[in-house]
Amino acid sequence: MQNRTRNIYLIPYALWIVLFVVAPILLILYYSFFDIDGHFGLVNYEKFFTPVYFKMALSSFWYAFLITAICLVISYPTAYLLTKTKHKQLWLLLIILPTWINLLLKAYAFLGIFGTYGFANAVLGLFGIGPKQILFTDFSFLFVSVYIFIPFMILPIFNALEELNPSLTDASRDLGASPWTTFRRVIFPLTIDGVKSGCQAVFIPALSLFMLTRLIAGNRVITLGTAIEEHFLVTQDWGMGSTVAVFLILIMALIMIVTGIRR
Amino acid sequence: MKQLVRLFIGVFAAAFVLLFLAARLNTSEGYSGKNTLTIYNWGDYIDPALIKKFEKETGIKVIYQTFDSNEAMLTKIAQGGTTFDVAVPSDYMISKMKQEHLLIPLDHDKLPNLKYINPRFLDLSFDKGNKYSVPYFWGTVGIVYNPKMLGGKKITSWNDLWDKDLRNQILLVDGAREVMGMALNSLHYSLNDTNEKHLLQAKRKLDALTPNVKAIIGDEIKMLLADEEAAVGVVWSGDAAEIISENPKLDYVVPKEGSNLWFDNMVIPKTAKNIEGAYKFMNFMLDPKNAAQNAEYVGYSTPNEAAMKYLPKDIRNDQRFYPDLDKVQNLEVYENLGKRMLARYNELFLEFKMHHK
Amino acid sequence: MKKKIGANIYLIAVFIILYAPIFYLMIYSFNSGGAMHDFKGFTLEWYKEVFHDTRLIVIVLNTLVIALLSSAIATIFGVLGALAIANARSRRTKNMLLTLNNVLIVSPDVIIGASFLILYTLIGIKLGFTSVLISHIAFSIPIVVLMVLPKLQEMSPTLIDAARDLGATRRDVLTRVVLPFISPGILAGFFMALTYSLDDFAVTFFVTGNGFSTLSVEIYSRARQGISLSINALSTLIFLFTIILVIGYYFINRKSVRPNGVGMRQ
Repeated sequence: MQNRTRNIYLIPYALWIVLFVVAPILLILYYSFFDIDGHFGLVNYEKFFTPVYFKMALSSFWYAFLITAICLVISYPTAYLLTKTKHKQLWLLLIILPTWINLLLKAYAFLGIFGTYGFANAVLGLFGIGPKQILFTDFSFLFVSVYIFIPFMILPIFNALEELNPSLTDASRDLGASPWTTFRRVIFPLTIDGVKSGCQAVFIPALSLFMLTRLIAGNRVITLGTAIEEHFLVTQDWGMGSTVAVFLILIMALIMIVTGIRR
Repeated sequence: MKQLVRLFIGVFAAAFVLLFLAARLNTSEGYSGKNTLTIYNWGDYIDPALIKKFEKETGIKVIYQTFDSNEAMLTKIAQGGTTFDVAVPSDYMISKMKQEHLLIPLDHDKLPNLKYINPRFLDLSFDKGNKYSVPYFWGTVGIVYNPKMLGGKKITSWNDLWDKDLRNQILLVDGAREVMGMALNSLHYSLNDTNEKHLLQAKRKLDALTPNVKAIIGDEIKMLLADEEAAVGVVWSGDAAEIISENPKLDYVVPKEGSNLWFDNMVIPKTAKNIEGAYKFMNFMLDPKNAAQNAEYVGYSTPNEAAMKYLPKDIRNDQRFYPDLDKVQNLEVYENLGKRMLARYNELFLEFKMHHK
Repeated sequence: MKKKIGANIYLIAVFIILYAPIFYLMIYSFNSGGAMHDFKGFTLEWYKEVFHDTRLIVIVLNTLVIALLSSAIATIFGVLGALAIANARSRRTKNMLLTLNNVLIVSPDVIIGASFLILYTLIGIKLGFTSVLISHIAFSIPIVVLMVLPKLQEMSPTLIDAARDLGATRRDVLTRVVLPFISPGILAGFFMALTYSLDDFAVTFFVTGNGFSTLSVEIYSRARQGISLSINALSTLIFLFTIILVIGYYFINRKSVRPNGVGMRQ
């Protein structure tokens, strides 16, 4: 019985997987074996294991980790407090709404806000702090990246918190647990799946950010995504771009397996 | 469940209503049917009034699409699923497209206005005899700077950029050829140099520039320089003209060690559907009056000799943007260095970006 | 009581930051100075420009059509996909499907765009409305799956068994038990798909052609000279429109939910 239902669901989905996931992966894998002159070989892979790309991968990881961690720290309390509000679904929608405004436009707004004569420096000026360089620093890059990813972190955590059975926290409180203990022992473990999917939804795209690295970080931050973009669009070295992409896909698979095992 | 179904029906209905509206608007504006011409050009690289004028004169409806790099344009045209009638690639890209057989040879009889072009800009190395392309704009790469912010200091050469006083004051344009070319020129090498030793030397020199570099960015560079976010920028001449028209305090210089001289030309790609229309458009843009109007709007330098007299005097005589090419030395055109060398340039540029202060 | 105030302040701060750049854009849409700095004076000129720019309006309509159609279709595919994954028997199949599912979420847009472009070339799909629509559906499906799947997993199997025992057919189980239960996930998936579609630039940039354009691509190409404030004006209009839509939808919906008596704990 179960078996038959599955097959029906599977058909359209499997079709999508084959056409838009497997086929592109195979294409990318295929391209990754061709060097810039079109010769078949492992040249690109050799190149990937040179210090340049290694350094790039490390810094991508570092920034992605920071972005995810900050997002989590800000989003969890937000999601938690949202579940306590009166019109929580509405507030949640209002959290998502800013993502519908074009990213490029928001980036431009941040250029204005963070500029030497911008709003942020004007506020600093009120406190007697002279104009500081905010734009093109790690700070502005992290700030804007976190800004962009926050809704993607809040949503799954909010959903997980919503499903939490309130009687559990009540019981914990009745048994004399402090709010902190209740959170640590009951709430957090029960919403860990939401946290996990939130982290996945942030960490992995953060590895391959590219437009912001130029606009907000002034190319002072280089991620794997930047390299891929460059290889595909500028050097036309699709082989090397594909090789970096293959590694990103492998990393992603690894993360999925690691976070999936404990379920 | 009911709610879900209702929502989805609503969504589909809304989508189709909008689709219908869009189609109605499109036909009422005449953008459907055969009589259209698709132009593929750089963003903001034509006076929209000229498109209107062309539409009025010929009855052809123009669809204007833009690209942000020669490579992106090449990818689209090589893919084949598009129908661009006219494109405007740069010099080295033209020779590349020629090699890949993506261009249609031009019939000069259909382009009588070609006679107005200054012969200096014809028959260049990337397209001998202008078999495939006609000039659109030309320019240089140089330094735009703000004397006020530099305390009246003047910049005349690439090597001035390494001055310790310029700490965190330089914005570079995000182009491997431009930035590597700048370093090579500052070492008195050719910006088409392919000698690995010279390239590494240039890269080391760039690393030394890092403390002075505030950011490496794209088109935002114009806005940031005009807003005095930084004092110095390495930019294309046309961008410099635009920046200076926004903020007249700034000045532009082509460094004395030499620099890049570039050309953007109009071509008809293999994918063209409306070839007659394409010729009409190209000839229209070669008309001196139209060329002058376009140059005034866009800010880049026109190769059209006859158009010069229609330009305001202060533009025409501005040596920064219309230098006497016979007198200015060391200006080089980018050669198509081949994929492998281009990759090497980009690799070094990437390493420079990753070099930290 | 004190705690509540603290909580409210925190939430307000988060909202202020989330909306700061948007308000910044909106304020400058009234700037007669013509740039996103130095507010010179109040003007409605940019709004006038938007309404006179037919091409821009067509592009907005295109963007909305693509977003609505692609996210609705992607939601249908995604729900089916989530059901398929949830019903997969072995953990290995499940993990494999999930990993494949997530490939598109993690791949940089540039790769997705480039590989789709190659794919369309191979199949022979012309670039334009169809190619953009298909691409948006394709990259929205996995996010829907991710939103729906947790809901399915937390549904207890006994619920389905109970329904079966009571004589429900498979269809009934699906439409009466499963779908209503996971509908919050479906809605979330739909909205996320909408978000992805409206936000996408890179993929569309690759697969569009022949005069078809969406708002983000158009903004990108207009941004070369610094963004014209008419784009700000347009964004302001769109933003106000969506806010009214969202709030309106919420309150209408709430009224119709109430009688069903889904006890909301307060």
